Amino acid sequence: MSEVFVVVEHRLGEIRDITFEMLWKAGELAQEHSYGVTAILLGHDVNSIAGAISDRADKLITYDDERLKSFNADLYKEIIAGLIEESKPTLTLIGNTAWGMELAPCLAVRTGFPLATDCIDIDFKDGKLTVQRQMYSGKIYSNVSFSPSPGYLLTIRSGVFSKDRTGQRQAQIVQKDFPLKEEFLKKQFIEFAEAAAGEVDISQADLLVSVGRGIGEEENIALVKELADALNGILSCSRPIVDKNWLPKYLQVGSSGKSVTPKVYIAVGISGAFQHLQGITGAGTIIAINKDPKAPIFRAADYGIVDDLFKIVPFLKEKVLEIRKG
Amino acid sequence: MDIVVCVKRVPLTEEVDLVIDEQRKGIKKDQLAFVLNDWDNYAIEEAILLKEKHDGTVTAITVGNEDDEEVLRRCLAMGADRAIRIDVDDMGRFDSYGISKILSRVVKDLPFDLVFTGVLADDDYSGMVGMMMAEQLKINHANAVIAIEIEDGKARTTSELEGGLSEVSLIELPALLTIQTGINEPRYVSILGIRKAAKKELKVMDLSDLGISDEELSSRTIIEEVYLPPETEGAQILTGDADKIASDFLEILTKKGVME
Repeated sequence: MSEVFVVVEHRLGEIRDITFEMLWKAGELAQEHSYGVTAILLGHDVNSIAGAISDRADKLITYDDERLKSFNADLYKEIIAGLIEESKPTLTLIGNTAWGMELAPCLAVRTGFPLATDCIDIDFKDGKLTVQRQMYSGKIYSNVSFSPSPGYLLTIRSGVFSKDRTGQRQAQIVQKDFPLKEEFLKKQFIEFAEAAAGEVDISQADLLVSVGRGIGEEENIALVKELADALNGILSCSRPIVDKNWLPKYLQVGSSGKSVTPKVYIAVGISGAFQHLQGITGAGTIIAINKDPKAPIFRAADYGIVDDLFKIVPFLKEKVLEIRKG
Repeated sequence: MDIVVCVKRVPLTEEVDLVIDEQRKGIKKDQLAFVLNDWDNYAIEEAILLKEKHDGTVTAITVGNEDDEEVLRRCLAMGADRAIRIDVDDMGRFDSYGISKILSRVVKDLPFDLVFTGVLADDDYSGMVGMMMAEQLKINHANAVIAIEIEDGKARTTSELEGGLSEVSLIELPALLTIQTGINEPRYVSILGIRKAAKKELKVMDLSDLGISDEELSSRTIIEEVYLPPETEGAQILTGDADKIASDFLEILTKKGVME
């Protein structure tokens, strides 16, 4: 391996954290094997953000063009495929994000390289690449290797690697010209849209009582709301509750909802999919209530109550009210 | 508007103790219940909603064995017009790339304006079949779609991004869209509905008739080993009777300064 490519993800003029995390891991691998770390930055007016990564890579290749103003998976794919052909990097790292999940499989077909998605660790020893992933909503882990190939593509889960620098680097900056014809532009970016704000902002709450799929039926949400009210906390929820339209989007905690930072987060009937856990990394103390002792939420929580929520939640509420009266 | 929806039957693993199989390459599935992959349920519903609005056909397609027809029958009961199963007995033979090749090969010969897959499948969590198909079919695409409007032969799609943000795009048809959960409210399917749909066409195709070489389908990713999550410290479990649990619970809240 000569080089590790990192595809820089940025949005609205800011480098996204996943980019720093990939650069950190690329730096680790580079140190082990004396490779170079090459960051690939596609966009328009990218000079202002290039500075944020130029001391984290050995080479920074930029394409600065009006046509790259918004993310377009097809343009990214064609440009990066060309670069891969030219430089033959052994590894190309892409974020396992909405954009990365669109780009990486297309790039895998285009280059013929094997792809593993949503990797949580990378091991490269004696010429053998192995990655760690999760299956079955995080209840099973797997080690995945690859058929021999000149290069490999990996998408990396957000939040598993450090955002720090590894070693002293100063990138040689290579500016390239947009190499493609217009005909690739079959998809037109219209606008970004933001989820409607609600009456409460869960990202500001000190105490959140959050409800998940384990609640079973819409009318049962009242049980959790009553506990939240008794505690003077705010009700929030996980994705399945919003998918079913039982609670509004602005109450959703997780990577596609809000990241929250309460002093205490009480997760009721939430199994703990990683997308949800990514939203509560800033919580002070996490208390999980779930009847499945194997639920991944217990691995992230500080305290756990393994019980039927329909019994324990009303009981806890009564005890809180007793004290309040007390 | 002709829409092809690629679906998958997956085991239900929530609140179930999963057991690793002897070869340590997968989990034991004989005791598990199987369902239509959650994302695919939204995808088939979205296809049927578009058909109801713009006319046309909906074809549900899966790769698998006879048991996997169960999810196709469900799609037919929901309102799909016909279903196709590509007969494969040993699914372990193929990785996501192989599956995408098989599906693309079959879809290529069908009339379509849109191809839907779910964003992910709940079993392997790989999330790559859809976009690989888009590239193989050389058609436009959008990922994690949470809203679709058809206007003048184009699709106005809303894709979900991280942090509550979404992205609106206009794309030319034909296109492949990976469908995100929550885009609609999938309709209820009754046993009677499934029985009634038994008359609808369910075509079985033989993999060997597709003319794809074994080499093209050979796996590029190899599962070396699967295992239960590594032991970590995890949560301190509150034990004892309900009164003890409640008093410990309240003590934690008091200590953390949220019980004034």
